[in-house]
Amino acid sequence: MSFLRKVMAIVWKDVRAELRTKDILSSMLVFSFLTVLIFQFAFDLRTSVVNLVLPGVLWIAITFAGVLGLNRSFILEQDRGSMEGLLMAPMDRSAIYFGKLIGNLLFIFVMELVLLPLMTVMFNVSLLAPAILLVVFLGTIGYAAVGTLFAALSINTRAREVMLPVLLFPVMVPVFVAGVQATGRLLDGDTLADIARWVQLLAAYDGIFIAAAMILFDYVVEE
Amino acid sequence: MTAGKRSGRETFWMVLTGITGVLILIGLYMSLMWAPTAANLPTVNEQLAQRIFYFHVSAGWVGYVAFGVTAAASVLYLIKRQRRFDNIAVSSAEIGVVFTAANLVSGSIWARPTWNTWWTWDDPRLTLAAIVLMVYIAYLMLRNAIDDPERKARLASIYGIVGFISVPLSFVSVRIWRTIHPAVIGTASETSQGGFDMSGNMVIVLLFSIFTFSLLYFVLLHYRLCLEDQRVELEEYKMAALAEA
Repeated sequence: MSFLRKVMAIVWKDVRAELRTKDILSSMLVFSFLTVLIFQFAFDLRTSVVNLVLPGVLWIAITFAGVLGLNRSFILEQDRGSMEGLLMAPMDRSAIYFGKLIGNLLFIFVMELVLLPLMTVMFNVSLLAPAILLVVFLGTIGYAAVGTLFAALSINTRAREVMLPVLLFPVMVPVFVAGVQATGRLLDGDTLADIARWVQLLAAYDGIFIAAAMILFDYVVEE
Repeated sequence: MTAGKRSGRETFWMVLTGITGVLILIGLYMSLMWAPTAANLPTVNEQLAQRIFYFHVSAGWVGYVAFGVTAAASVLYLIKRQRRFDNIAVSSAEIGVVFTAANLVSGSIWARPTWNTWWTWDDPRLTLAAIVLMVYIAYLMLRNAIDDPERKARLASIYGIVGFISVPLSFVSVRIWRTIHPAVIGTASETSQGGFDMSGNMVIVLLFSIFTFSLLYFVLLHYRLCLEDQRVELEEYKMAALAEA
Protein backbone atom coordinates (compact mmCIF):
# COMPACT_ATOMS: atom_id res chain seq x y z
CA MET A 1 0.00 0.00 0.00
CA SER A 2 1.40 3.37 -0.89
CA PHE A 3 1.88 6.08 1.74
CA LEU A 4 -1.02 8.09 0.38
CA ARG A 5 -3.40 5.15 0.54
CA LYS A 6 -2.44 4.49 4.16
CA VAL A 7 -3.11 8.13 4.99
CA MET A 8 -6.45 8.03 3.21
CA ALA A 9 -7.39 4.82 5.03
CA ILE A 10 -7.05 6.64 8.35
CA VAL A 11 -8.96 9.64 7.04
CA TRP A 12 -11.74 7.40 5.78
CA LYS A 13 -11.89 5.59 9.13
CA ASP A 14 -12.31 8.91 10.96
CA VAL A 15 -14.88 10.19 8.49
CA ARG A 16 -16.94 7.02 8.75
CA ALA A 17 -16.82 7.04 12.54
CA GLU A 18 -17.90 10.69 12.47
CA LEU A 19 -20.75 10.03 10.03
CA ARG A 20 -22.14 7.44 12.44
CA THR A 21 -22.03 9.52 15.62
CA LYS A 22 -21.80 13.10 14.29
CA ASP A 23 -20.36 14.03 17.71
CA ILE A 24 -17.50 16.23 16.56
CA LEU A 25 -19.20 18.14 13.77
CA SER A 26 -22.39 18.84 15.68
CA SER A 27 -20.56 20.10 18.76
CA MET A 28 -18.19 22.24 16.68
CA LEU A 29 -21.04 23.75 14.68
CA VAL A 30 -23.22 24.54 17.66
CA PHE A 31 -20.27 25.89 19.62
CA SER A 32 -19.16 28.17 16.78
CA PHE A 33 -22.69 29.61 16.45
CA LEU A 34 -22.84 30.17 20.19
CA THR A 35 -19.50 31.97 20.08
CA VAL A 36 -20.77 34.32 17.37
CA LEU A 37 -23.99 34.83 19.31
CA ILE A 38 -22.14 35.72 22.50
CA PHE A 39 -19.97 38.22 20.63
CA GLN A 40 -23.07 39.72 19.09
CA PHE A 41 -24.42 40.42 22.59
CA ALA A 42 -21.01 41.51 23.91
CA PHE A 43 -20.21 44.01 21.16
CA ASP A 44 -23.59 44.74 19.59
CA LEU A 45 -22.31 44.17 16.05
CA ARG A 46 -24.17 46.84 14.12
CA THR A 47 -23.16 48.10 10.71
CA SER A 48 -20.92 50.84 12.05
CA VAL A 49 -18.54 48.50 13.84
CA VAL A 50 -19.08 45.26 12.01
CA ASN A 51 -16.02 45.47 9.73
CA LEU A 52 -13.85 46.30 12.72
CA VAL A 53 -14.95 43.48 14.99
CA LEU A 54 -16.21 40.73 12.69
CA PRO A 55 -12.79 39.37 11.56
CA GLY A 56 -11.87 38.81 15.19
CA VAL A 57 -15.21 37.14 15.91
CA LEU A 58 -14.77 34.84 12.90
CA TRP A 59 -11.28 33.74 13.93
CA ILE A 60 -12.22 33.30 17.58
CA ALA A 61 -15.14 31.11 16.51
CA ILE A 62 -12.85 29.02 14.27
CA THR A 63 -10.17 28.74 16.96
CA PHE A 64 -12.43 27.88 19.89
CA ALA A 65 -14.65 25.48 17.98
CA GLY A 66 -11.57 23.96 16.33
CA VAL A 67 -10.12 23.02 19.72
CA LEU A 68 -13.18 20.85 20.38
CA GLY A 69 -12.64 18.87 17.18
CA LEU A 70 -8.87 18.59 17.61
CA ASN A 71 -9.30 17.29 21.14
CA ARG A 72 -11.71 14.57 20.10
CA SER A 73 -9.47 13.24 17.34
CA PHE A 74 -7.03 11.53 19.70
CA ILE A 75 -9.13 11.23 22.85
CA LEU A 76 -11.53 8.96 20.97
CA GLU A 77 -8.64 6.71 19.94
CA GLN A 78 -7.35 6.58 23.49
CA ASP A 79 -10.70 5.93 25.16
CA ARG A 80 -11.59 3.11 22.80
CA GLY A 81 -8.10 1.61 23.02
CA SER A 82 -7.68 1.91 19.27
CA MET A 83 -4.50 3.99 19.53
CA GLU A 84 -2.49 0.78 20.00
CA GLY A 85 -4.09 -0.63 16.87
CA LEU A 86 -3.08 2.42 14.87
CA LEU A 87 0.47 2.29 16.21
CA MET A 88 0.82 -1.41 15.46
CA ALA A 89 -0.27 -1.01 11.86
CA PRO A 90 2.66 -1.64 9.49
CA MET A 91 3.24 1.92 8.33
CA ASP A 92 5.29 4.98 8.93
CA ARG A 93 4.12 6.90 12.01
CA SER A 94 3.87 10.09 9.99
CA ALA A 95 1.03 8.45 8.04
CA ILE A 96 -0.99 8.58 11.28
CA TYR A 97 -0.16 12.25 11.63
CA PHE A 98 -1.21 13.12 8.10
CA GLY A 99 -4.32 10.96 8.34
CA LYS A 100 -5.39 12.69 11.51
CA LEU A 101 -4.45 16.10 10.13
CA ILE A 102 -6.54 15.67 6.99
CA GLY A 103 -9.44 14.32 9.05
CA ASN A 104 -9.30 17.32 11.38
CA LEU A 105 -9.01 19.69 8.43
CA LEU A 106 -12.09 18.16 6.81
CA PHE A 107 -14.15 18.64 9.97
CA ILE A 108 -13.01 22.23 10.46
CA PHE A 109 -13.60 23.04 6.77
CA VAL A 110 -17.14 21.68 6.97
CA MET A 111 -17.74 23.84 10.03
CA GLU A 112 -16.38 26.88 8.19
CA LEU A 113 -18.53 26.11 5.15
CA VAL A 114 -21.58 26.50 7.37
CA LEU A 115 -20.21 29.31 9.54
CA LEU A 116 -19.08 31.68 6.77
CA PRO A 117 -22.41 31.85 4.85
CA LEU A 118 -24.26 32.13 8.14
CA MET A 119 -22.16 35.10 9.27
CA THR A 120 -22.46 36.61 5.80
CA VAL A 121 -26.25 36.55 6.13
CA MET A 122 -26.40 37.57 9.78
CA PHE A 123 -24.08 40.56 9.53
CA ASN A 124 -24.58 41.53 5.90
CA VAL A 125 -20.91 41.39 4.92
CA SER A 126 -19.48 39.27 2.12
CA LEU A 127 -17.25 36.72 3.79
CA LEU A 128 -17.55 34.43 0.78
CA ALA A 129 -15.09 36.35 -1.39
CA PRO A 130 -12.36 34.11 -2.91
CA ALA A 131 -9.55 36.07 -1.21
CA ILE A 132 -11.13 35.66 2.24
CA LEU A 133 -11.67 31.97 1.57
CA LEU A 134 -7.97 31.65 0.69
CA VAL A 135 -6.93 33.34 3.95
CA VAL A 136 -9.28 31.13 5.97
CA PHE A 137 -8.03 28.06 4.10
CA LEU A 138 -4.34 28.80 4.75
CA GLY A 139 -4.94 29.80 8.35
CA THR A 140 -6.92 26.65 9.06
CA ILE A 141 -4.13 24.45 7.68
CA GLY A 142 -1.53 26.01 9.98
CA TYR A 143 -3.89 25.84 12.93
CA ALA A 144 -4.72 22.17 12.35
CA ALA A 145 -1.06 21.25 11.64
CA VAL A 146 0.08 22.42 15.08
CA GLY A 147 -3.22 21.46 16.71
CA THR A 148 -3.04 17.84 15.57
CA LEU A 149 0.50 17.47 16.95
CA PHE A 150 -0.46 19.04 20.28
CA ALA A 151 -3.67 17.01 20.49
CA ALA A 152 -1.59 13.84 20.31
CA LEU A 153 0.69 15.34 22.95
CA SER A 154 -2.01 16.46 25.36
CA ILE A 155 -3.76 13.07 25.60
CA ASN A 156 -0.64 11.94 27.47
CA THR A 157 -1.13 14.54 30.19
CA ARG A 158 -3.27 14.41 33.30
CA ALA A 159 -5.49 17.29 32.26
CA ARG A 160 -5.99 16.00 28.68
CA GLU A 161 -8.50 18.28 26.92
CA VAL A 162 -7.80 21.22 29.22
CA MET A 163 -4.15 21.17 28.19
CA LEU A 164 -4.65 21.59 24.42
CA PRO A 165 -5.74 25.26 24.29
CA VAL A 166 -3.05 26.24 26.80
CA LEU A 167 -0.38 24.66 24.61
CA LEU A 168 -1.86 25.69 21.27
CA PHE A 169 -2.92 29.34 21.61
CA PRO A 170 0.49 30.94 22.35
CA VAL A 171 2.07 29.09 19.43
CA MET A 172 -0.67 30.00 16.96
CA VAL A 173 -0.47 33.74 17.55
CA PRO A 174 0.98 34.31 14.03
CA VAL A 175 -2.00 32.53 12.41
CA PHE A 176 -4.46 34.48 14.49
CA VAL A 177 -2.86 37.88 13.89
CA ALA A 178 -2.40 37.23 10.16
CA GLY A 179 -5.92 35.79 9.79
CA VAL A 180 -7.67 38.63 11.58
CA GLN A 181 -5.63 41.36 9.91
CA ALA A 182 -5.93 39.92 6.40
CA THR A 183 -9.67 39.26 6.75
CA GLY A 184 -10.24 42.75 8.11
CA ARG A 185 -8.34 44.44 5.31
CA LEU A 186 -10.14 42.39 2.66
CA LEU A 187 -13.46 43.45 4.20
CA ASP A 188 -12.26 47.06 4.00
CA GLY A 189 -11.86 46.65 0.26
CA ASP A 190 -8.16 45.83 -0.09
CA THR A 191 -7.15 43.36 -2.77
CA LEU A 192 -5.17 40.17 -2.38
CA ALA A 193 -2.03 41.98 -3.59
CA ASP A 194 -2.32 44.47 -0.71
CA ILE A 195 -2.26 41.73 1.89
CA ALA A 196 0.41 39.62 0.16
CA ARG A 197 2.65 39.75 3.24
CA TRP A 198 -0.02 38.19 5.44
CA VAL A 199 -0.68 35.45 2.90
CA GLN A 200 3.06 34.76 2.67
CA LEU A 201 3.31 34.59 6.45
CA LEU A 202 0.43 32.11 6.62
CA ALA A 203 1.95 29.95 3.86
CA ALA A 204 5.35 30.01 5.61
CA TYR A 205 3.73 29.06 8.91
CA ASP A 206 1.92 26.15 7.25
CA GLY A 207 5.09 24.84 5.58
CA ILE A 208 7.33 25.19 8.62
CA PHE A 209 4.96 23.57 11.08
CA ILE A 210 3.81 20.73 8.83
CA ALA A 211 7.48 19.83 8.34
CA ALA A 212 8.27 20.19 12.06
CA ALA A 213 5.21 18.20 13.13
CA MET A 214 5.99 15.44 10.63
CA ILE A 215 9.41 14.96 12.23
CA LEU A 216 8.29 15.41 15.84
CA PHE A 217 5.15 13.26 15.67
CA ASP A 218 7.30 10.10 15.78
CA TYR A 219 8.55 11.14 19.21
CA VAL A 220 5.03 11.84 20.52
CA VAL A 221 3.69 8.35 19.84
CA GLU A 222 6.81 6.29 20.35
CA GLU A 223 5.59 4.39 23.46
CA MET B 1 34.10 11.27 40.67
CA THR B 2 36.65 11.58 43.48
CA ALA B 3 35.98 13.54 46.63
CA GLY B 4 38.80 15.97 45.91
CA LYS B 5 37.55 16.74 42.42
CA ARG B 6 34.04 17.34 43.63
CA SER B 7 35.11 19.78 46.30
CA GLY B 8 37.21 21.53 43.65
CA ARG B 9 34.10 21.98 41.52
CA GLU B 10 32.11 23.13 44.51
CA THR B 11 34.79 25.68 45.35
CA PHE B 12 34.72 26.92 41.76
CA TRP B 13 30.97 27.51 41.85
CA MET B 14 31.12 29.13 45.29
CA VAL B 15 33.79 31.53 44.10
CA LEU B 16 31.85 32.26 40.91
CA THR B 17 28.70 32.91 42.96
CA GLY B 18 30.64 35.32 45.15
CA ILE B 19 32.10 37.11 42.14
CA THR B 20 28.63 37.39 40.56
CA GLY B 21 27.26 38.90 43.78
CA VAL B 22 30.02 41.50 43.87
CA LEU B 23 29.56 42.28 40.16
CA ILE B 24 25.82 42.80 40.70
CA LEU B 25 26.57 45.36 43.41
CA ILE B 26 29.10 47.10 41.16
CA GLY B 27 26.59 46.98 38.29
CA LEU B 28 23.92 48.57 40.51
CA TYR B 29 26.34 51.34 41.46
CA MET B 30 27.36 51.86 37.86
CA SER B 31 23.83 52.02 36.47
CA LEU B 32 22.34 54.11 39.27
CA MET B 33 25.24 56.46 40.09
CA TRP B 34 28.16 56.26 37.68
CA ALA B 35 26.35 56.15 34.34
CA PRO B 36 25.81 59.61 32.86
CA THR B 37 22.32 61.07 32.94
CA ALA B 38 20.47 60.91 29.63
CA ALA B 39 20.66 64.67 29.24
CA ASN B 40 18.35 65.01 26.25
CA LEU B 41 15.31 63.67 28.14
CA PRO B 42 13.01 66.53 29.10
CA THR B 43 12.01 65.75 32.70
CA VAL B 44 13.90 64.56 35.76
CA ASN B 45 11.50 61.64 36.16
CA GLU B 46 12.31 60.40 32.67
CA GLN B 47 16.02 60.83 33.29
CA LEU B 48 15.81 58.80 36.50
CA ALA B 49 13.60 56.14 34.92
CA GLN B 50 16.03 55.77 32.04
CA ARG B 51 18.49 54.14 34.45
CA ILE B 52 16.23 51.08 34.58
CA PHE B 53 17.39 50.52 31.00
CA TYR B 54 20.53 48.59 32.08
CA PHE B 55 18.53 46.16 34.19
CA HIS B 56 15.70 45.97 31.64
CA VAL B 57 17.82 45.12 28.58
CA SER B 58 19.98 42.63 30.50
CA ALA B 59 16.94 40.78 31.87
CA GLY B 60 15.45 40.56 28.39
CA TRP B 61 18.74 39.29 27.01
CA VAL B 62 18.96 36.53 29.64
CA GLY B 63 15.33 35.57 28.94
CA TYR B 64 15.91 34.98 25.24
CA VAL B 65 19.27 33.24 25.80
CA ALA B 66 17.62 30.95 28.36
CA PHE B 67 14.85 29.98 25.95
CA GLY B 68 17.42 29.34 23.23
CA VAL B 69 19.26 27.02 25.62
CA THR B 70 15.96 25.25 26.38
CA ALA B 71 15.34 24.65 22.67
CA ALA B 72 18.89 23.38 22.07
CA ALA B 73 18.73 21.10 25.11
CA SER B 74 15.33 19.80 23.93
CA VAL B 75 16.77 18.84 20.54
CA LEU B 76 19.72 17.15 22.23
CA TYR B 77 17.41 15.26 24.56
CA LEU B 78 15.38 13.84 21.68
CA ILE B 79 18.57 12.71 19.95
CA LYS B 80 20.63 11.44 22.88
CA ARG B 81 17.95 10.57 25.47
CA GLN B 82 20.09 11.62 28.40
CA ARG B 83 18.24 12.93 31.44
CA ARG B 84 20.85 15.65 31.82
CA PHE B 85 19.64 17.52 28.72
CA ASP B 86 16.06 17.57 29.92
CA ASN B 87 17.23 18.90 33.28
CA ILE B 88 19.03 21.71 31.46
CA ALA B 89 15.91 22.43 29.38
CA VAL B 90 13.55 22.78 32.33
CA SER B 91 16.05 24.68 34.50
CA SER B 92 16.76 27.14 31.72
CA ALA B 93 13.06 27.59 30.94
CA GLU B 94 12.27 28.44 34.57
CA ILE B 95 15.06 30.99 34.73
CA GLY B 96 13.94 32.41 31.38
CA VAL B 97 10.36 32.87 32.62
CA VAL B 98 11.59 34.74 35.71
CA PHE B 99 13.86 37.04 33.70
CA THR B 100 11.31 37.68 30.96
CA ALA B 101 8.81 38.61 33.65
CA ALA B 102 11.44 40.91 35.20
CA ASN B 103 12.01 42.38 31.75
CA LEU B 104 8.28 43.10 31.31
CA VAL B 105 7.82 44.54 34.79
CA SER B 106 10.89 46.78 34.58
CA GLY B 107 9.78 47.85 31.10
CA SER B 108 6.37 48.78 32.46
CA ILE B 109 7.93 50.84 35.24
CA TRP B 110 10.10 52.61 32.68
CA ALA B 111 7.21 53.11 30.25
CA ARG B 112 4.99 54.84 32.81
CA PRO B 113 6.98 58.10 33.07
CA THR B 114 8.33 57.93 29.50
CA TRP B 115 5.43 56.76 27.34
CA ASN B 116 2.82 57.84 29.89
CA THR B 117 1.35 54.33 29.97
CA TRP B 118 2.15 51.04 31.73
CA TRP B 119 1.62 49.04 28.60
CA THR B 120 1.15 49.57 24.88
CA TRP B 121 0.19 47.02 22.27
CA ASP B 122 1.75 49.28 19.64
CA ASP B 123 5.27 48.14 20.36
CA PRO B 124 6.16 44.82 18.67
CA ARG B 125 8.83 43.94 21.23
CA LEU B 126 6.45 44.38 24.14
CA THR B 127 3.79 42.24 22.50
CA LEU B 128 6.34 39.60 21.59
CA ALA B 129 7.68 39.39 25.15
CA ALA B 130 4.14 38.76 26.41
CA ILE B 131 3.59 35.99 23.83
CA VAL B 132 6.96 34.35 24.58
CA LEU B 133 6.20 34.41 28.29
CA MET B 134 2.92 32.58 27.62
CA VAL B 135 4.68 29.94 25.49
CA TYR B 136 7.07 29.07 28.29
CA ILE B 137 4.45 29.21 31.03
CA ALA B 138 2.54 26.67 28.91
CA TYR B 139 5.78 24.65 28.68
CA LEU B 140 6.07 24.52 32.46
CA MET B 141 2.36 23.69 32.82
CA LEU B 142 2.76 20.81 30.38
CA ARG B 143 5.59 19.41 32.48
CA ASN B 144 3.47 19.66 35.62
CA ALA B 145 0.67 17.69 33.99
CA ILE B 146 2.77 14.59 33.24
CA ASP B 147 3.91 12.17 35.93
CA ASP B 148 6.15 9.70 34.15
CA PRO B 149 9.66 11.26 33.99
CA GLU B 150 10.62 9.82 30.59
CA ARG B 151 7.34 10.85 28.99
CA LYS B 152 7.55 14.28 30.62
CA ALA B 153 11.04 14.84 29.22
CA ARG B 154 10.10 13.64 25.73
CA LEU B 155 6.84 15.58 25.34
CA ALA B 156 8.25 18.72 26.93
CA SER B 157 11.18 18.59 24.49
CA ILE B 158 8.73 18.51 21.58
CA TYR B 159 6.87 21.52 22.95
CA GLY B 160 10.16 23.29 23.69
CA ILE B 161 11.17 22.95 20.03
CA VAL B 162 7.79 23.91 18.48
CA GLY B 163 7.44 26.83 20.89
CA PHE B 164 10.87 28.17 20.00
CA ILE B 165 10.19 27.92 16.25
CA SER B 166 7.01 29.94 16.72
CA VAL B 167 8.82 32.88 18.34
CA PRO B 168 10.34 34.42 15.15
CA LEU B 169 7.04 33.88 13.30
CA SER B 170 5.17 35.65 16.09
CA PHE B 171 7.68 38.47 15.88
CA VAL B 172 7.15 38.82 12.12
CA SER B 173 3.39 38.85 12.62
CA VAL B 174 3.33 41.59 15.27
CA ARG B 175 5.92 43.52 13.27
CA ILE B 176 3.87 43.54 10.05
CA TRP B 177 0.74 44.26 12.08
CA ARG B 178 2.24 47.39 13.59
CA THR B 179 3.97 48.72 10.50
CA ILE B 180 0.83 48.38 8.41
CA HIS B 181 -1.36 49.88 11.10
CA PRO B 182 -0.05 53.33 11.94
CA ALA B 183 -0.02 53.85 15.71
CA VAL B 184 -2.85 56.13 16.78
CA ILE B 185 -1.19 57.81 19.74
CA GLY B 186 2.25 59.04 18.78
CA THR B 187 4.78 56.74 17.22
CA ALA B 188 5.52 53.55 19.01
CA SER B 189 9.22 53.06 18.60
CA GLU B 190 11.65 53.67 21.44
CA THR B 191 13.74 56.05 19.40
CA SER B 192 10.88 58.47 19.02
CA GLN B 193 9.55 58.50 22.57
CA GLY B 194 11.97 58.38 25.45
CA GLY B 195 14.87 57.76 23.14
CA PHE B 196 18.32 58.93 24.15
CA ASP B 197 21.82 59.00 22.70
CA MET B 198 24.12 56.38 24.12
CA SER B 199 27.34 58.00 25.25
CA GLY B 200 30.52 55.96 25.66
CA ASN B 201 30.04 55.37 29.37
CA MET B 202 26.46 54.24 28.87
CA VAL B 203 27.63 51.56 26.47
CA ILE B 204 30.18 50.38 29.04
CA VAL B 205 27.54 50.16 31.77
CA LEU B 206 25.18 48.30 29.44
CA LEU B 207 27.82 45.76 28.41
CA PHE B 208 28.90 45.31 32.01
CA SER B 209 25.30 44.78 33.04
CA ILE B 210 24.66 42.23 30.29
CA PHE B 211 27.86 40.38 31.25
CA THR B 212 26.86 40.30 34.93
CA PHE B 213 23.36 39.06 34.14
CA SER B 214 24.78 36.35 31.89
CA LEU B 215 27.04 35.24 34.72
CA LEU B 216 24.05 35.26 37.06
CA TYR B 217 22.22 33.09 34.54
CA PHE B 218 24.99 30.47 34.56
CA VAL B 219 25.20 30.45 38.35
CA LEU B 220 21.42 30.09 38.68
CA LEU B 221 21.41 27.36 36.03
CA HIS B 222 24.08 25.49 37.96
CA TYR B 223 22.16 25.57 41.23
CA ARG B 224 18.87 24.74 39.53
CA LEU B 225 20.58 21.72 37.91
CA CYS B 226 21.90 20.58 41.31
CA LEU B 227 18.36 20.84 42.64
CA GLU B 228 17.02 18.80 39.72
CA ASP B 229 19.69 16.13 40.26
CA GLN B 230 18.70 15.88 43.90
CA ARG B 231 15.05 15.61 42.94
CA VAL B 232 15.82 12.76 40.58
CA GLU B 233 17.86 11.05 43.29
CA LEU B 234 15.00 11.46 45.76
CA GLU B 235 12.58 9.94 43.25
CA GLU B 236 14.88 6.94 42.90
CA TYR B 237 15.04 6.43 46.69
CA LYS B 238 11.26 6.69 46.84
CA MET B 239 10.88 4.11 44.09
CA ALA B 240 13.35 1.77 45.82
CA ALA B 241 11.53 2.16 49.14
CA LEU B 242 8.18 1.47 47.46
CA ALA B 243 9.62 -1.58 45.73
CA GLU B 244 10.81 -2.97 49.06
CA ALA B 245 7.52 -2.37 50.84
